[in-house]
Amino acid sequence: MLVEIGHFGLVLALLVALVQGTLPLVGASVRSRQLMDLARSAALLQFGLVALAFAIFMHAHIVSDFSVRNVFENSNTAKPMLYKVTGVWGSHEGSMMLWVLMLTLFGALVAALGRLLPATLRARTLAIQGLLGFGTLAFIIGTSNPFDRLFPVPADGRDLTPLLQDPGLAFYPPFLYFGYVGFSITYSFAIAALIEGRIGAVWARWMRPWALTAWCGLTIGIAMGSWWAYYVLGWGGWWYWDPVENASFMPWLLGTALLHSAAVCEKRDSLQRWTILLAILTFGMSLIGTFLVRSGVLTSVHSFAVDPTRGVFILVLIALVIGGGLLMYALRAAGLNAGQSFAPVSREGALVLNNFVLCAGMATVFLGTFYPLFAEVWSGVKLSVGPQYFDKTFVPILTPGIFAMVIGPVLAWRRGRLTAALWRLAPAAIGAALVPAVVFAFDREAPPAALAGLALAVWAMLGVLADLADRGGAGKQPLGAVWRRIRHLPRGTWGYSIAHFGVGVLIAGIVVSSAWRSERIETVRSGDTIEIVGRTLHFVGVTEQDVANYHAQRAQIVVERPGSAAMTLYPERRWYPVARSQTTNTAIATNGLGDLYLALGDSDGRGGWVLRAYYNPLVPWIWFGAVLAALGGLVSLSDRRLRVRARMTRTSAIAAPAGSVEPG
Amino acid sequence: MIRRLLLAAALLVVGAAAHAVEPSERLADPALEARARTLSQQLRCLVCQNQSIDESNADLAHDLRTLLRKRLAAGDTDKQALDYIVARYGVFVLLDPPFEPTTYMLWLGPPLLVLGVGALLAIRARGRSDRDQPPLTEEERARAAALLSEHG
Repeated sequence: MLVEIGHFGLVLALLVALVQGTLPLVGASVRSRQLMDLARSAALLQFGLVALAFAIFMHAHIVSDFSVRNVFENSNTAKPMLYKVTGVWGSHEGSMMLWVLMLTLFGALVAALGRLLPATLRARTLAIQGLLGFGTLAFIIGTSNPFDRLFPVPADGRDLTPLLQDPGLAFYPPFLYFGYVGFSITYSFAIAALIEGRIGAVWARWMRPWALTAWCGLTIGIAMGSWWAYYVLGWGGWWYWDPVENASFMPWLLGTALLHSAAVCEKRDSLQRWTILLAILTFGMSLIGTFLVRSGVLTSVHSFAVDPTRGVFILVLIALVIGGGLLMYALRAAGLNAGQSFAPVSREGALVLNNFVLCAGMATVFLGTFYPLFAEVWSGVKLSVGPQYFDKTFVPILTPGIFAMVIGPVLAWRRGRLTAALWRLAPAAIGAALVPAVVFAFDREAPPAALAGLALAVWAMLGVLADLADRGGAGKQPLGAVWRRIRHLPRGTWGYSIAHFGVGVLIAGIVVSSAWRSERIETVRSGDTIEIVGRTLHFVGVTEQDVANYHAQRAQIVVERPGSAAMTLYPERRWYPVARSQTTNTAIATNGLGDLYLALGDSDGRGGWVLRAYYNPLVPWIWFGAVLAALGGLVSLSDRRLRVRARMTRTSAIAAPAGSVEPG
Repeated sequence: MIRRLLLAAALLVVGAAAHAVEPSERLADPALEARARTLSQQLRCLVCQNQSIDESNADLAHDLRTLLRKRLAAGDTDKQALDYIVARYGVFVLLDPPFEPTTYMLWLGPPLLVLGVGALLAIRARGRSDRDQPPLTEEERARAAALLSEHG
């Protein structure tokens, strides 16, 4: 019965979405207050209905109601409760439910928080969001019904893919989807602005926090996914340039560009049209990311035919959203104001370069991801595009962007002086030259590319510090006064400083862990030892035991290092009998500067086990950097809310002087 | 995420098979082994989802690793060894696609894009700075006012 209520809730939500997507648009054009206000209540109601359906779906998973096909196919009574809950989004149907839950959540948030939005803009934004909800709900109800029943009811389920029964993977889809779907709101804002035919600083001020929110979610989601791949796949890699990763990376690149161009739009009343276009494309990439990858088309063109209804539905949905958005843009963008002009060397100029680099990088990732598909369709050639391609193309394109990332914030708005900016960054330049030189002195075989990468990382990190010190008036004022000034810099300045510093940390992690990684792969028996980077690994032996829904083979390894206490690590292999599948649970010991990474391999049946030991220096910095970047986004976000409130209470008499410490 | 599901499926196919490079496969000569490792990172495991044979634990990856090492031990250059494998498994096996007519757009796309759009931006920026000088900054305005009042 409950399950039918959930199904009914979805159908009702579809109807509400239809109302939300049409009447308020009419209302906004005939200036009918009642029709426009309908958008708010519809958005809240739609969210309520979808949340109800989602809760019922989750309930079916928790109580293991195997009369629901989705629960039967993805759950099992022996599965731990945590994974019964997170298994909800482990399947296609469940992840679509999560997607539409997020979509309606964002709509409801705009409805609830957007009281101060101009009435027509709010009505139109919510209407577009309603149409997106309509499309997704129609897809779910029509082709991926999560409430499909089974009869007769099976006694037990097939269990969730063991790889998904992992805390890292259990929690990363919500973040990823929060990010993907968060860009639906910026899309809706962009289309609403095109319908309005007006765009200005006010529009950008409303749109930017949503872009920041989505971006933070996506950043955390990608970082978690990469961390999961690192510790679960058992050979220490953390990014594979595979289509699924690229699918989340492309909207991230565009979303990052969008954040920066929206800042120009808001602060300098410039780049409006470009920001609108980016908002459309970012959500377009999110859609391509989830749906096209989900359809399996990237694995092989032929897999599209496996489920033609889903595939065709997805293609039509994507074509409508992206094509419709671009059509609106083509028709209406020319009417928007062109904005303030600026010199090439200025903070706007640096942000244009940032956008150029990020978009070119995105186009490269897109080309590399989809080229095999195109090549197969056009010429019948089956090609592979691996990490080597992206190393050779994406990395050189992004490098000047990182270089400019440090200079941009130091330049003044409208027109800046490059020499003055570089002079202020002199300490960073000295550090960027010094650190690789010192490293080279210790390791004469260091690859030149790694040294260059190191210089870039140091430049980014020290550049941020030099900029902050300069803003505090270092060198001109006593130290206490400098510190006070730095502490009172606007949150927006802190936000981008933290985020840019995080990028430096991330690059350092990538460069050092790829260039100075150590590896030992040996067959070991009880009592054997392996040496790796000054550590001695004693292989004690392997014990076997049955735990919950799997059988574990657990190795015990004592790690000794001169000058520190011995520790014991337990890398594991797990066999899931119901799902008939094997997983590796690596053991990782980290001290923040490097990871000792152990994975247990096969047994030779005569007491010997393959042990894979890696030492990955600075690899944790990759995730520290990503977390710092997201944290920077959150700090920026907190600044915005304060300022919006401040604007409400104060008069608009306070005008910031040009070239001041306004955040970029 | 679906790729990960598929990857899970791939793991399922190979079941309890070993993990990437095995100690038993290794060549005695460290220089030769290092070359083999570099090359095996450029070869795709054909039955896996976008993994190199260096990373994969599939049986086919094991066979390819052994084959590659056999060729290197027999005295093949890197290119000869790769060509040998491409001749048997097709260009699909190469993760680093070669520069040839079918991949011109793949390799030339990014540089052409950067140069083309970069040139466009540069022309626009130049045209704009000729047409309308950006307005003076506060600082410059103050200096201009000071100069004017000095002479006026």
